[in-house]
Amino acid sequence: MSILTLFVVIPALMLLGLWLAQSLNQVRGVMVAGASCLLALSVWLTIYFVQQRAAGNTDVMLLTASAPWFKPLNIAYSVGVDGISVVMLLLSSIIVFTGTFASWQLKPMTKEYFLWFTLLSTGVYGFFICTDMFTMFMFYEVALIPMYLLIGVWGSGNKEYAAMKLTLMLMGGSALLIIGLLGIYYFSGATTMNVNEIAAMHNIPVDIQKMFFPFIFIGFGVLGALFPFHTWSPDGHASAPTAVSMLHAGVLMKLGGYGCFRVAMYLLPDAANELAWIFLILTTISVVYGAFSACVQTDLKYINAYSSVSHCGLVLFALLMMTKTSCTGAILQMLSHGLMTALFFALIGMIYGRTHTRDIRYLDGLMKIMPFLAVGYVVAGLANLGLPGFSGFIAEMTIFVGSFENPDMFHRVATIIACTSIVVTAVYILRVVGKILYGEVKNKHYLELTDATWDERVAVICLIACVAGLGLFPLWASNVISDAVGPILANII
Amino acid sequence: MGYSQFLNMMPEAILVLMLLIVFFTDFCLHHSERKVEIVGRMTMTLLIYQTVMLTTTGPAEAFGGMYVASQAAQVMKVILTFGTFIVVVMAQPWLENEARKYAGEFHLLVLSTLLGMYIMMSSGSFLLFFLGLETASVPMACLVAFDKWKKKSAEAAAKYVLVATFSSGVMLYGISFIYAATGTLYFDDIAAVLNHSYLASPLSIMGLVFFFSGLAFKLSLVPFHFWTADTYEGAPTPVTGYLSVCSKGAAAFAALVILAKAFGPMIDYWEYMLYVVIVLSITIANLFAIRQSELKRFMAFSSISQAGYIMLAVIGGSQMGMTSLMYYVLVYIVANMAVFTVISAVEQKCGTTDMSSYDGLYQTNPKLTFLMTLALFSLAGIPPFAGMFSKFFVFMAAAEEGSFWAYFVVFIALVNTVVSLYYYLLIVKAMYIKPSDNPLPTFRTESATRIALVICTAGIALFGICSCVYDWLFVTSAF
Repeated sequence: MSILTLFVVIPALMLLGLWLAQSLNQVRGVMVAGASCLLALSVWLTIYFVQQRAAGNTDVMLLTASAPWFKPLNIAYSVGVDGISVVMLLLSSIIVFTGTFASWQLKPMTKEYFLWFTLLSTGVYGFFICTDMFTMFMFYEVALIPMYLLIGVWGSGNKEYAAMKLTLMLMGGSALLIIGLLGIYYFSGATTMNVNEIAAMHNIPVDIQKMFFPFIFIGFGVLGALFPFHTWSPDGHASAPTAVSMLHAGVLMKLGGYGCFRVAMYLLPDAANELAWIFLILTTISVVYGAFSACVQTDLKYINAYSSVSHCGLVLFALLMMTKTSCTGAILQMLSHGLMTALFFALIGMIYGRTHTRDIRYLDGLMKIMPFLAVGYVVAGLANLGLPGFSGFIAEMTIFVGSFENPDMFHRVATIIACTSIVVTAVYILRVVGKILYGEVKNKHYLELTDATWDERVAVICLIACVAGLGLFPLWASNVISDAVGPILANII
Repeated sequence: MGYSQFLNMMPEAILVLMLLIVFFTDFCLHHSERKVEIVGRMTMTLLIYQTVMLTTTGPAEAFGGMYVASQAAQVMKVILTFGTFIVVVMAQPWLENEARKYAGEFHLLVLSTLLGMYIMMSSGSFLLFFLGLETASVPMACLVAFDKWKKKSAEAAAKYVLVATFSSGVMLYGISFIYAATGTLYFDDIAAVLNHSYLASPLSIMGLVFFFSGLAFKLSLVPFHFWTADTYEGAPTPVTGYLSVCSKGAAAFAALVILAKAFGPMIDYWEYMLYVVIVLSITIANLFAIRQSELKRFMAFSSISQAGYIMLAVIGGSQMGMTSLMYYVLVYIVANMAVFTVISAVEQKCGTTDMSSYDGLYQTNPKLTFLMTLALFSLAGIPPFAGMFSKFFVFMAAAEEGSFWAYFVVFIALVNTVVSLYYYLLIVKAMYIKPSDNPLPTFRTESATRIALVICTAGIALFGICSCVYDWLFVTSAF
């Protein structure tokens, strides 16, 4: 039994604890204890991983273990982590931890809320530790369905519509995935579902690869907000309660990019080479279109959701560029965007909880009223537009440098077009910051509002520390990541 | 003829014995106050005994290949007996409230249909198969008409009887063609003759088509599904549950065995037939289900589309297909019965099966709602519940066939899982999200309802994650 299994066992125990919990304090206790354990575990895992690499351990995956599950079908519960999964697990733990604090005050039905929230995070953790296609897929779906209830019951605005749209689009994506998985399994000889073993065999005919690559890439791409399958994201994020937006934009959308890289491109490398241009065009559109759309929105959450479309598009864009630098940048961007966007959604949720509106036309002068939250918002904004010193800069810099390494015209033009999004990002971020934080307080009711409470401060400070930490000390992360990107890219090129 | 051959038909023999015991008990307790309770518990005990006994029964043969119970058939009997057990348990509150006088008859009829299904599954020849089918259908018609003082129940029964007779006729017609083409009624011999002789003789194709149509009526596959919604709506809720899980499971099993065994050489013909029927069943039933506002009608369309998924496992005609089919039926039994148990409980307490009356149910009956949600998620194929595993495995079995069209059918089925998720979520939405001014009152369920729900929920939660269930079915699914 690998220690990685703890990432699934702890949430399972949390579910049990929540089920048994009688009072609000017990519910909170279980959540904080569990989330702290997970955070500690993932920090330990990161340190362990770095040490192992420093000590010269060059296995592709560490801490691997495998136990047969459905033996006649070659389905196994096999786990293992490489650098990408390690940083993703760390990201998930940070977001779950801060998300717990961000939904401290949530009512009603707090217990049920945390039950579904924990089930969602079980899926996320499971997805990142598994190396077996079926098990990965199972956890992927576990992460999707709680969203329906989380948005539908605890959301705001047009929540029923948003919840249904999100669930159906994502399940549509996973329907495509099943076809792709079955294709990979049978055409690789039907002897194993283990991702690494299939990649090592490298025996799927090119025609077949080309047939199934779009299924898998689009299947995961739906979750990664690939244009034109991104439409669930703005509605979903806008209606979701704070912590769910955080988890969803911060971690769940990363499942898409991770899956595209780990399954679609790793297992179907020849098709990835041949068909990348189609998806590169789509992702370029995502990047630019998302940024421009964010400029014209008036709802804070919609602005941030479109910004997520743009940034997650950048992840897929960089992966499809297929150079080592750009892929490293893509994973860094996943990490950085996860932290930034979680910070954003947390702050928006806190502001909304006080002002009861997210419309920037009615918000002004918040800096005077709630300085802590306002400063947090400025920091998040600056990180988002890629100011040096924050994580966004490191990630985007790596991506664009890596993308430009491709010598041909097509890739370079695409890179240049995608680069424009940086400017547009600055436009929509500064517009919002200027509008809502500075200026006169026109609505006199706002003067009575209070600044952040202690639980909110915990969430915000943690996230700012992580964003700045990654921006100031990026080397360890990029080392861990690029070391894992290497073997996967070696398979493709 | 040696009478000792009957000993090889142990499960059937014991079932007949059980039937007689229940009959005499009921007879003796005619005026007793506790009749429902006693007869009910007795039937349950006997069914449990039968389930346990059957798991250890090996393959058997009798009467020169007329009766052939493969290992898979014995296991399938276990699954169906288990399903029947749940039906009997969940039917108790209804019998207690509405049909006290006829409790004995209910149990008798249920056991007789079960006997018919046993015979269907262990037949080695069309003759015995047909006999079993009729033994299962006729008591089933009585069960559908059980609330005979209700107009709807009587109407449902009339429809069921007409369709059952008609489909039996069609099937018999097909069987006669097959006999004409091959000169035998034994499955193995038919396959041998078809292998040798000119394959595509119009006579044998006609036989195949008519036979399959007859069976498709029983399975309520599109385009033979028109009776389903009305019958399901009118029949008493426990009977609807029984109809949707057990009789469907038995027919699906028989379809796989007969298509793979007797018509094995004609796989090129029936495969395409199956593709069309599956795609139609899943798609059309899903589209109709979206518009239903009455829960039992809704479940009728849901079960038509589920039947389409079950038939996916038949495509390859392989052992993996057989395992997936049995697994699917098992999971379908627990999930569907959980839903019907909740429907029945609400119907007993509040007298409604209308979807709109479920609005805001979570406020008043959180536990019941939660279990219903789990069951619906399982039906929709959401992990970690068993439904996702069973769906994935039938897809695997179908894709194993390997042709483009097989993948295409799987693809259509997958797209339809999204549609089905939509309508299952409509119920979840009604229960959790929709505000309601006067939701159904809070009520306490009977202990029988609870037992049924606990069994079903345990199944939903464990059959998937514990791979031992699948492994057991795989080992025993040789047919």
